[in-house]
Amino acid sequence: MQWETVIGLEVHVQLATRSKIFSGASTAFGADPNSQACAVDLGLPGVLPVLNEAAVAMAVQFGLGIHAEIPEVSVFDRKNYFYPDLPKGYQTSQMYHPIVGPGEVEISLEDGETKRIRVHHAHLEEDAGKSLHETFSDGMGQGMTGIDLNRAGTPLLEIVSEPDMRSAKEAAAYLKAIHSIVTYLGISDGNMAEGSMRCDVNVSVRPRGQASFGTRAEIKNVNSFRFVERAIAFEIERQIELLEDGGDVIQETRLFDPERDETRSMRTKEQANDYRYFPCPDLLPVVLDRAYVDHLRDTLPELPDEKRARFQKALGLSAYDASVLSASREMAEYFEAVEAVCDDAKLAANWVQGELSGALNRENLGIQNSPISAIQLGELVTRVKDGTINGKAAKQVFQALWHGEGMRADEVIEAKGLKQVTDTGAIEAMIDQVIADSPAQVAQYRDAEPDKRGKMIGYFVGQVMKASRGTANPQQVNALLKEKLDALC
Amino acid sequence: MHDKTLTELAASLAAGEFSSRELTEAQLARIERLDGDLNSFISVTPEQALDAADQADAARAAGNAGALTGVPLALKDIFCTEGVKTSAGSRMLDSFVAPYDATVVEKLKAAGIVSLGKTNMDEFAMGSSNENSFFGPVRNPWDADAVPGGSSGGSAAAVAAGLVPAAMGTDTGGSIRQPAAFCGITGLKPTYGRVSRYGIIAYASSLDQAGPMARTAEDCAKLLGAIAGHDLRDSTSVARGVPDYTEELDAPLAGLKIGLPREYFGDGLDPAVESAVREAIGVYESLGATVREVSLPHTPYAIPAYYVIAPAEASSNLARYDGVRFGHRCEAPRDLTDLYKRSRAEGFGEEVKRRILMGTHTLSEGFFDAYYKKAQQVRRLIRQDFLDAFDEVDVLMGPASPTPAFDLGAKKDPVSMYLQDIYTIAINLAGIPGISVPAGFSRGRPVGLQILGTHFAEARLLNVAHQFQQATDWHLRRPALAEETL
Repeated sequence: MQWETVIGLEVHVQLATRSKIFSGASTAFGADPNSQACAVDLGLPGVLPVLNEAAVAMAVQFGLGIHAEIPEVSVFDRKNYFYPDLPKGYQTSQMYHPIVGPGEVEISLEDGETKRIRVHHAHLEEDAGKSLHETFSDGMGQGMTGIDLNRAGTPLLEIVSEPDMRSAKEAAAYLKAIHSIVTYLGISDGNMAEGSMRCDVNVSVRPRGQASFGTRAEIKNVNSFRFVERAIAFEIERQIELLEDGGDVIQETRLFDPERDETRSMRTKEQANDYRYFPCPDLLPVVLDRAYVDHLRDTLPELPDEKRARFQKALGLSAYDASVLSASREMAEYFEAVEAVCDDAKLAANWVQGELSGALNRENLGIQNSPISAIQLGELVTRVKDGTINGKAAKQVFQALWHGEGMRADEVIEAKGLKQVTDTGAIEAMIDQVIADSPAQVAQYRDAEPDKRGKMIGYFVGQVMKASRGTANPQQVNALLKEKLDALC
Repeated sequence: MHDKTLTELAASLAAGEFSSRELTEAQLARIERLDGDLNSFISVTPEQALDAADQADAARAAGNAGALTGVPLALKDIFCTEGVKTSAGSRMLDSFVAPYDATVVEKLKAAGIVSLGKTNMDEFAMGSSNENSFFGPVRNPWDADAVPGGSSGGSAAAVAAGLVPAAMGTDTGGSIRQPAAFCGITGLKPTYGRVSRYGIIAYASSLDQAGPMARTAEDCAKLLGAIAGHDLRDSTSVARGVPDYTEELDAPLAGLKIGLPREYFGDGLDPAVESAVREAIGVYESLGATVREVSLPHTPYAIPAYYVIAPAEASSNLARYDGVRFGHRCEAPRDLTDLYKRSRAEGFGEEVKRRILMGTHTLSEGFFDAYYKKAQQVRRLIRQDFLDAFDEVDVLMGPASPTPAFDLGAKKDPVSMYLQDIYTIAINLAGIPGISVPAGFSRGRPVGLQILGTHFAEARLLNVAHQFQQATDWHLRRPALAEETL
């Protein structure tokens, strides 16, 4: 049987507010346990939540970024359940009236096609704390669990997609698109390793052509792009195998184990909590007036889709280049800065995607940590563009700048004497010297069939370039060499 | 000193007749002497009180005294008070020392008011007799066999017995007005949102409201002025200016339109209570008010709606008492579930558990629409009843409770206890203010007249109550206990 996979994602994005969603405590990552939890976060008797306006603004910006409806009124509800790292015994969330209504996200597929994934809604909620099950460092507390409430009350935007994805690759592309939107908007640092973006994946399979959905399993807390693909791949295989063996998929919550590369059952539907949602009486409904939403819309930064389109249209980049260079806000900003300096989009694109990305990848650096600034690279590309240096010399300049040997391209070119030699007389002198020093190679060249000579000229070019310490204009070297060697034949 | 009202004490302090320290010492001595039997306090805090009194005296000496600097009062043990046990009348919080002050406490301190301690109450403010306290029942100063009412029973008894001139209470379904009525004092429940709830241990968040309990409406006006106002820490507090509530106290009542809700004079109303209330209304007529009957047709649904909404909110508000971070924790839990189960089973009393169960049930999948949603619809209708009535009249009047204080142990059945609040509960559902003033006696026990106004009409209510107290002396009657001098 031919099976079709149906995937929906619930992505939790930690919003980059300075303080928590309902208290004034800091949201900074990595502080000592419980050092960033105030009375409100601890759920002490008598405390009350106060909504952080910055979290509302960020949620609305996201909604506008995915062309969603922004309802005038949204309401916070309490989701009631007991857990040690949930201080109040309920999570304040939005069940019935979320802050962001239906919207859509465009994803790019490998074949260059794009696909629209519908977003059902996005709602604001508070994060819980963390349970630390490992033995405490002082050797005490064997078999005990520690509770760190620093994360409790951190604002989350939960983005719930429609079940519109049909493969693990699409799911990963969707997650990347969300990542790129939230980082473009600056509403999240998007740091998956620190848990700033986490995702629950709903997966089901059905015979191709069947209209109704199969029974789904929910995979909790998948926290990297790679794991999303792997968890889905495993889950699809598990479900198909189950069905083909005549079994049934049961509706359950599963956990992805990256060590073993498999998902495991956490709880079935029968064991699921009844969360007893009801409107939180401590918070007023959030009422957004039109002027406020319009203001946020007017001040929205350019988003990845818009940027990609502009890169293609206004800068004349290929679809591929435009898509790579707009994939992250940092990449796009870097490229744009290089382009602004050198005023050649194609060259800038080549250098950012080629030499720079290669070097960054080798050293496992993000573009925001590049040792070469966009202005430095822009100046270097300018010198390639105006013919001051040739490509080979440019790579040397790049290396020098990368290793901090000089601040500016011109300085390095000067210091290393890499300025391209275009003086025909000077090049001819070097060529004559090389020919004089290489009688054997000249003899071989002369004896070769004319159609083999093209290849053999490489040796002479190399020698001339070497003699010029890479500064000779390669095109000129080529042409003059050919002329002189052929004259000898 | 103990027979003076708050207003009189403030005047005496201002005139230098005695210092705040002298006054505080005298009141602490009365508590020491009389509260053993009464049990109106859970914690008395002499050290902090004397410190605060000294500060008040120093402020006065420096010429920085405000209108209420140096006057003593007591706080219901539901207001978080920094460094002081704040128990909410529960074993669960017997060991809980609040690390911060409630906004109300902060404001009282800022006004130079001296807290003598924390008063007894029904556990988590759930009850109408103060019998649901982990710290034992409070006796009514008028009659040791009678309950003081609840849940602010300790506050009401302490004021009636002259242990403090005033106390702070909270009112979720009548918890200020009913004990005020039972103990023969004046108690005001302000409009929902008038006083910050920050730092008040929550029972039912959409209904809870703090207010003053004192001998006179004038005292209540002064205290309300001190505690009212918008608080950035409570999103449900209302951003609205606080008037001087004493300014209109003396306004004449000629032309005042009084409505008597037909539903508040029906079956189950004690005849002596009814005649006291009707007599009080006669006093108003003599002051130039006109009286007409009005209807609040949805009154019969108030108690059922309340007992859906309040327990629902309570079941969620009380989930934080899980034995993990603070409050009671059972001995040697086997695992997490055992920790939860036994900590909560041991820490909560019977009525609290009953309401948590009711609330958990009504919020459950499949019941939510039938109970919670329906109750919210009823709540809107009840509110509309009042708004319609206030189109016709300025204030509504009726009894605060269908009976005077009943005997300790008399109401074994929870439903008969719930029915006690028939005249007070709808007011919380509607969010409007209400005040109970002493208006006579039934078989030697005080009767309270309840006066209701529309949202934020506190100044009017206090004026109407004050004028009654200018024309009558019910509020000046003291139980024998309060007459006792040391």
